[in-house]
Amino acid sequence: MQDFPNISIPLGDGADFIVSFLQNNLEPFFDFIAWLTSSTITAFDDFLNFLPWWLILILVFLIGLYFQNWKSGLLFSTFIFLVGSFGFWEELMITVAIVITAVVICIMIGIPVGIFMALNKPFSVFMRPILDAMQTMPSFIYLIPAIFFFSLGNVPAVFATIIYAVPPVIRLTELAIRNVDKEVVESAESFGSSRKQILFKVQLPQAIPTIMAGINQTTMMALAMVVIASMVGAGGLGEQVLIAINRLDIALGFEAGISIVFLAIIIDRVTAGIGDRFQRDKGDH
Amino acid sequence: MSVKMKINNVSKIFGPKPKSAIPLVEQGKSKDDILAETGNTVGVYDANLEIEEGELFVIMGLSGSGKSTLIRCLNLLNKPTKGAIEVDGEDVVKFKGEKLKQYRQKKIAMVFQHFGLFSHRTVLGNVEYGLEIRGVPTEERRKVARENLESVGLKGWEDKYPDELSGGMQQRVGLARALANDPDILLMDEPFSALDPLIRREMQLELLDLQERLQKTIIFITHDINEAFKIGDRVAVMKDGKVVQTGTPESILEEPANDYISEFIKDIDRSKIIQAENVMMKPNAVVSLKDGLNVAVREMEANGLSSVFVTDRSRKLQGIVTIDDAIKGIKEKKSLEDVMVKQIETVSREAYLEEIIPKAVDTKYPIAVVNEEQRLEGIILRVHVLSSLIAENG
Ligand SMILES: Nc1ncnc2c1ncn2[C@@H]1O[C@H](COP(=O)(O)OP(=O)(O)OP(=O)(O)O)[C@@H](O)[C@H]1O
Ligand SMILES: [Mg+2]
Repeated sequence: MQDFPNISIPLGDGADFIVSFLQNNLEPFFDFIAWLTSSTITAFDDFLNFLPWWLILILVFLIGLYFQNWKSGLLFSTFIFLVGSFGFWEELMITVAIVITAVVICIMIGIPVGIFMALNKPFSVFMRPILDAMQTMPSFIYLIPAIFFFSLGNVPAVFATIIYAVPPVIRLTELAIRNVDKEVVESAESFGSSRKQILFKVQLPQAIPTIMAGINQTTMMALAMVVIASMVGAGGLGEQVLIAINRLDIALGFEAGISIVFLAIIIDRVTAGIGDRFQRDKGDH
Repeated sequence: MSVKMKINNVSKIFGPKPKSAIPLVEQGKSKDDILAETGNTVGVYDANLEIEEGELFVIMGLSGSGKSTLIRCLNLLNKPTKGAIEVDGEDVVKFKGEKLKQYRQKKIAMVFQHFGLFSHRTVLGNVEYGLEIRGVPTEERRKVARENLESVGLKGWEDKYPDELSGGMQQRVGLARALANDPDILLMDEPFSALDPLIRREMQLELLDLQERLQKTIIFITHDINEAFKIGDRVAVMKDGKVVQTGTPESILEEPANDYISEFIKDIDRSKIIQAENVMMKPNAVVSLKDGLNVAVREMEANGLSSVFVTDRSRKLQGIVTIDDAIKGIKEKKSLEDVMVKQIETVSREAYLEEIIPKAVDTKYPIAVVNEEQRLEGIILRVHVLSSLIAENG
């Protein structure tokens, strides 16, 4: 048996160096991002808390009714009611606010990046391994640089969540645009459309159902990550899970866990419903 | 007639180094050899065509012969590797940017094999697309789109989505969309191939009607020789990226340039291509009603005929009289009008053999070819109908 020779390539040190370098030199930038993110979360959270609880139940019912049917509406508002009855109303609102903030930012980053990848082959080749890495890294790795840049709280949670959850929307946007029927794009070209007209009048509208599937996946991953991100001090349902683990409190753990499941079901059905709606709007009724 | 589009030595080669393949084709190497040697595919090689203003020009050839590649060069969806395409005297291959956009927006439009419709837009939204990107105001472009939809028979379908329509209707939308731009030149790449035969025949006839009304220059691609010969004013036959023969359907039928074309036209149904005007004779002996029976008999004897057509003063066809009836009529002191047969079979110049054949079987007289005013334009003898069905070649 031979031991591995004592060679060390300081790749980890390199990563450390980059992170500290960014932290030292771009502090105002990170502060700005932090401020923007936390005000967005607070705005969402304040708004949700401003609404009376019964109005939220009614709204959830209506959302279910609109995207699915009255049975789903009833189921969804029952779920929310149960979460409230566990005593997690405020935690629920915080979690929802963080998820929404993260998803909105994911969409704002992901769709343009996806479009650019679809239109630019070299960029796509460059991005693909990065996206692979982003998705395969254990998700809590992202918490480390997040803490460095933004210390503790909701902001690093959003940061880590975005890195973890943005790949699906990027990938599916690229795929959707690439997969638009070639003849359809050519027919737009044959009428003398500009590149921009082809993109906005043909490729994007044709791609929307697939992009919606990407947003659905991104949202689900964001929810999963927000729970994990409670390790860096994000409030909400995940924090309750963490407390339950620390105290080995099975009752609390179960209630917090099931609350997350309820929220996941609602978010999944609603975002999938939005996708279906787009598909239905363009035909068969 | 003037030349609308002139295709000069156009070649299109696909692959990593298109230009490098040109000398090899010039040396006469085959497509497969060139692909093996250089990795380039010859799509079209050295095409030369002149397309007249207002003509329906068909490009025909087997799958992979380069038809699509060539037609796509015409609106620069493919940029030719070599050669020039003159439209109204300007070489469009050199067009770029704004100029190319203008050319595509105003001069040339395309109808696609699988329709290429925008599934997220309504039928009306599809048809107005070309005008929309040109910045035509909404009111105006909707009006034009509605008119064009009406002219292809889709009034009332404006607010449907393409996937709610049958294939034939979808291609009408494709056609209306192309026509809404009012282009000089209409490119149609196998527009009817995806449709079933009955609808296809209907669409062919409608295209001919439309061509008569609008007088566009149409370049139409098909791999179906019956379709090519039925609708084409002129037909170009392509093989392995080369144009091997160009001419009217009749001239190609009469004199196929090579074995490939003979093979191609062997399974053609001649009764669907040959028209009355291709087999009729000039009516060299005709008598007028006022001439009377004696003149009729003399005419027939002089021309060695057994019957002769009778017209009135304005040369409208009235009937036919046989030599036997005429002689009998003279003996019985009857007039020409009394003895002539008024029930005769007539066809128009454009009638196809397939509709002439049953008439030839039913009648014992020659068939009269008449125009809309019932004036006699030609005569078709029954033997000619049969003989024209048998190919002169092979
Ligand atoms: N984009 C492309 N890249 C590489 N080769 C191509 C491309 N387009 C066409 N070709 C090749 O060019 C040749 C001619 O193809 P083309 O599509 O023009 O044939 P076609 O006559 O239209 O056939 P079909 O009746 O099947 O439509 C074929 O060998 C094809 O493989
Ligand atoms: Mg083709």
